Amino acid sequence: MADSKRPASEEDFHLNFAQKKPLMNNTEAYLESARCLFCYDAPCITACPTDIDIPLFIKQINSGNTEGAAKTIFDQNWFGNACGKVCPTKVLCEGACVYNHQNVKPIDIGRLQTYATDTVIESGKALFKPGTPNGRRVGIIGAGPAGISCACELRTMGYEVDLFEAKEKPSGLTLYGTAPYKITNEEVLAEMEYLENSLGYNIHYNSTISTKEQIEKLQDKYDAIFLGVGLGPTAKLDMPGIELENVVGAVEFVEELRMKKHKINVPDRVIVLGGGNTAMDAASESARMGAESVILAYRRSKEQMGGYSFEYDLAVSSGAKGLFNVQPVRVVGTDKAEGVEFIRTEQKKGKLEFIAGSEFILECDLVIKATGQAKMAPFFNLIDGLELDSGNRVVVNEVSFQTTNPFFFAGGDSVNGGAEVVNGAHDGKSAAHGIEAWLNSQNS
Amino acid sequence: MADLSINFAGIKAPNPFWLASAPPTNSGYQIMKAFEEGWGGAVWKTLGVPVVNVSSRYGSTDYRGSRMVGFNNIELISDRPLADNLREIEEVKKYFPDHAVIASLMVESKAEWHQIIKDCENAGADGLELNFGCPHGMCERGMGSAVGQEPEVLKTIVEWVMEVAQVPVITKLSPNISHITDPGLASVQGGTDAISLVNTFKSIVGINLDNYAPYPDVGGAGSNGGYCGPAVKPIALNMVRELASHLEIQGTPISGIGGIETWRDVVEFILLGASSVQVCTSVMHYGFGIVREIEAGVLQFMEDKGYNTIDDFVGKALPNVKEWKDLNLNHKVVATIDEEKCIGCELCYIACEDGAHQAIGLSGEQGNRTPYIIDDNCVGCNLCSLVCPVQDCIKMERRDDGKAEITWAERMANDDVPTTFNDSRAGGLGHYVPEPTLALKKNRK
Repeated sequence: MADSKRPASEEDFHLNFAQKKPLMNNTEAYLESARCLFCYDAPCITACPTDIDIPLFIKQINSGNTEGAAKTIFDQNWFGNACGKVCPTKVLCEGACVYNHQNVKPIDIGRLQTYATDTVIESGKALFKPGTPNGRRVGIIGAGPAGISCACELRTMGYEVDLFEAKEKPSGLTLYGTAPYKITNEEVLAEMEYLENSLGYNIHYNSTISTKEQIEKLQDKYDAIFLGVGLGPTAKLDMPGIELENVVGAVEFVEELRMKKHKINVPDRVIVLGGGNTAMDAASESARMGAESVILAYRRSKEQMGGYSFEYDLAVSSGAKGLFNVQPVRVVGTDKAEGVEFIRTEQKKGKLEFIAGSEFILECDLVIKATGQAKMAPFFNLIDGLELDSGNRVVVNEVSFQTTNPFFFAGGDSVNGGAEVVNGAHDGKSAAHGIEAWLNSQNS
Repeated sequence: MADLSINFAGIKAPNPFWLASAPPTNSGYQIMKAFEEGWGGAVWKTLGVPVVNVSSRYGSTDYRGSRMVGFNNIELISDRPLADNLREIEEVKKYFPDHAVIASLMVESKAEWHQIIKDCENAGADGLELNFGCPHGMCERGMGSAVGQEPEVLKTIVEWVMEVAQVPVITKLSPNISHITDPGLASVQGGTDAISLVNTFKSIVGINLDNYAPYPDVGGAGSNGGYCGPAVKPIALNMVRELASHLEIQGTPISGIGGIETWRDVVEFILLGASSVQVCTSVMHYGFGIVREIEAGVLQFMEDKGYNTIDDFVGKALPNVKEWKDLNLNHKVVATIDEEKCIGCELCYIACEDGAHQAIGLSGEQGNRTPYIIDDNCVGCNLCSLVCPVQDCIKMERRDDGKAEITWAERMANDDVPTTFNDSRAGGLGHYVPEPTLALKKNRK
């Protein structure tokens, strides 16, 4: 893997980005499902943010009721298919599998989940239908995991739902921000199409909502509004040279890669700044795009990185190298970035200190900033009475996902500060019930 | 959505998924919990004169990675005082008036039968089940399978019961008998409203190789137990079928029991004539929650097939269970191996070579482990497809034209069957069989 050739075609691209969780065939699904112990009060369920009844759907696969298995999954998580592939299952359901305690390989839950849901998505058979129309309308801003999940759930309850999405395709970061070796664009969109066909909500694409006037118009039209707007572009990094060409944000890099695939050109030497999962993805992806040298530079130690260790291992196995305890101080170059100057760091009593005189320059052709995404504070400030916490996250009731302006509900990254698809799916679904409860209380 | 509710011989229940009389129905606590989880009925752990039990009561047959594919027990009927059980029956009925609570009974004298039936009816039991099944312990005292194995005695006791019973009576049969229709018919002649089967099979699940005691080990010794669990399902299915298709028994509602764990098991019992089912071992393994998988699967099946009620498919498979002599001798299938799917284990080869008809060959080429079918030798026995570990890799392909159908019975009528030892009409005459000496190592390829 460390010597990925530059992909010249879509075929090459898929080869370099071979799926980490390939689809299961019938034999594999049968044998794997037979291994499940069907634990009582199963730890895998507890570990799942959406509480999917995992032993039940595995038993259904094993007893030949794959459709029932898919229903069990979608009952809890509208992104059931995508989550099977993109969830960090090693730290969630599979990490909780009791087999781990005996050094037995845990059940391959994620792939079984994708297997079951694939079957119905391929067949196109609608397992869920819209509820009897209840005359209520909800507007949703953002068609990511939270927004779509909220829409699906509301539709089953009979709501009319319109979504407003800034981009031209649904599912948010599932499509635009996930490493391509986790899920393909086609797979993401197939699930989106399946849900939309089954439940019939309206998505308005290329429809950015960014003014107070627009929001007020929506308020007039709908009974409640759900905000699933996620996070903004890569956060600004204050450092000389950061404005140079060839310095890009990781989120933007991943999005371009997912959309253009083999058609983007990643130069020979890449430096990725950051220690989170997006940094790991960007490093891993640069290597798979054929870069000769990929340095993942983080200001603290390897152990302190925010990203999962298995994501780091994956980046390393793809050809990236870790460089720790280094703080970038400036990007070197005249028109284009030619390198990054770092200073070495050490930690004294938990505080990060620079080691004087330890500066050095590392040459490169591309700098990827994976230093977090900007919060959407300017947007939220357009809404009266909507409170943000000190980290600019939207304050919500943790059960109903209602914001401090009761007309608005919110979930996903803008509430949790940036987490997984599965968290957005959970929030959106819960918020639908929050909306229902609130509107019922208004009417009574 | 399909309607799962049933009326079984006059006993109404929200669904046909019942708990069998066994440890999971030992108390009102367990039964109420089960009803909340979704079970539609429960047959109470058998009531009678309370017993004293031994310690270490269950044994298991494990197969490779699977625990409890077979399970046996030497536990007796309820060891709790009757009054405690009756009080709890009353309480369960108060909370679950629409669920079926059936009292399983096992006593000796006519007077005891009459008394306990009155007591259970007063407590609010919706039905009675007569336990003529247990093949361990109680039979030594003239009860359980000791009754189930003597049709005349069984009939007499059913008659005693029917003299006084005000609620529907189910007779539970022991499978430890040559012909299940004998006790089945006796129970019908005695006037029973319904039949349930099977109770457990006499068994020894294993021997401790250090102290030579059978499992379960009671201080270095053991006794035969009653065997149940997934391993007994095929025998139970056939017994249900035999009763359901018996001319004098058919029409009597049957509650199917034996190794039920998934929706598929339930559907199979119903297709062979059961109109309710009872479950024990899988609940003892996984708890009451398994009913969710069962219910979802049965509903899915009914939706797929367009059935609205359970009655719509009771006994649907019975017309297809024929006597051997009525099977089509011209039906012909031959195995085919999907080379794309084959993983090269060669189990089909050795199974056919040593265990069947030498109809599978090996290429002999270096690196090619995909066996091939020798069509002319294949008798269509299925063995290779049964041992193949890959789904849909070996398929049995139909090779006859589907037209000229002839059965053994018809050939008998036409005087066209082998009648002498070397008859030219022998089915295997001319079929390829290797020369015996080809088996010797020096002669093998």
